[in-house]
Amino acid sequence: MAKHPVSLTVNGDEHDLLIEPRKTLLAVLRDTIGLTGTKEGCSTGDCGACTVIVEGKAVTSCMVLGVTAAGKEITTIEGLASDGALHPVQRAFIETGGYQCGFCTPGFIIAAKALLDENPARTEEEFRHALGGNICRCTGYTKILEAVMQAAEEIRTTA
Amino acid sequence: MKSFEFFEPTTLAEASRMFTQEHAQLLAGGTDLIIGMKAYTETPQAVISLQKIPGLAGIATDADNGITIGAMTKAREVELSEDIQQHHTALAEGAAEIGSIQIRNLATIGGNIAHASPAADTVAGLLVADAQVDIASAGGERTVPIEALFTGPGQTVLAPGEIITAFRLPRATAGSHYIKHKIREVMDLAFIGVAAAVDMDDATITDARIGLAAVAPTPIRAIEAENLLKGNSLSDVLLAEAGEAAAAACSPISDLRCSAEHRRQMVDVLTRRTVQEAVARA
Repeated sequence: MAKHPVSLTVNGDEHDLLIEPRKTLLAVLRDTIGLTGTKEGCSTGDCGACTVIVEGKAVTSCMVLGVTAAGKEITTIEGLASDGALHPVQRAFIETGGYQCGFCTPGFIIAAKALLDENPARTEEEFRHALGGNICRCTGYTKILEAVMQAAEEIRTTA
Repeated sequence: MKSFEFFEPTTLAEASRMFTQEHAQLLAGGTDLIIGMKAYTETPQAVISLQKIPGLAGIATDADNGITIGAMTKAREVELSEDIQQHHTALAEGAAEIGSIQIRNLATIGGNIAHASPAADTVAGLLVADAQVDIASAGGERTVPIEALFTGPGQTVLAPGEIITAFRLPRATAGSHYIKHKIREVMDLAFIGVAAAVDMDDATITDARIGLAAVAPTPIRAIEAENLLKGNSLSDVLLAEAGEAAAAACSPISDLRCSAEHRRQMVDVLTRRTVQEAVARA
């Protein structure tokens, strides 16, 4: 089948690509562009490991065709740090130990970042509910939530 | 996923003409279609994206509090719309029950309805809002009441080439509520979905609408239960009668999630709870 010319802006860099329509945005990011920080877990939208930000909204990139992301601004885990400084959410995950194997971590960090951009004044219960689309099979979530609450606190007090 | 031709038409007429070909599928949010294509349960030869057609997304409220929701409006926008939260609470609550935030940022209300799952989370809220479904094709336009849209699981009255463009909610509802019976707090399918909406004159219920999902081959209204409520004020006896009538209206199946008997009993319970809450909110 014919490949389509597609321009994507990923973490501020423009990529002009030729992609097959059946390639998901996740596959384009990982296999075509080579940004492997975004992970493929279930590939059915259930686990959230593939979460990226498209036009300011967190989405499961395994359920998006790359061709439909043409012209859009995409942020992946590789784009969160700026000038060598980690994003507050990244730092909080490290400081609280909010991970074990780390496979779900990029998805959690991106999902948390989108939630914090939207409203950092959520309660722990609200964050827990809002992160329900991300699954971690190691930690039991306690330290992940600790990390998110710590980042929320930092963002609230420095805003 | 199998290969397919990808099209991104910019007008409804063009999309409709493409959609009349065999083995063509419309792509809205993709959260059902792309999963189906990965599982090879959907093998379209042509995928027609609706995202470049102007005017299909967005929520507009008119002077009489009638609300029009474009078919390509994301579930997340329906959930967060202040007008829908205020005037059609059950619909906002239903939209908020779909998948996760990541999925609701993709999934559209048009896709949730066109997919015609009897368990769709927005359908009970649309039923009790008396929603009218606007449909367009290359041949013209028509409008169908939401309860007449479905003909069976995954089946609708939509003809080849017909595309849902919007849902019109003709007037505000005084109070409404949706309960999704489920195991997980998020990322679960409804065992049952029940919505109730009421209009009140002091303590008297002047109008009542009850929508039931996942308890029959199509989403249904519980008309007898509604008629019992109309003209009366709330009491335990009235609630019990309405709950029983709603349970009698459904024809549930037993599946891996729960038994038909459980579904029927829970329709009774959840009808009482949703009506009570709808009245409290009115």
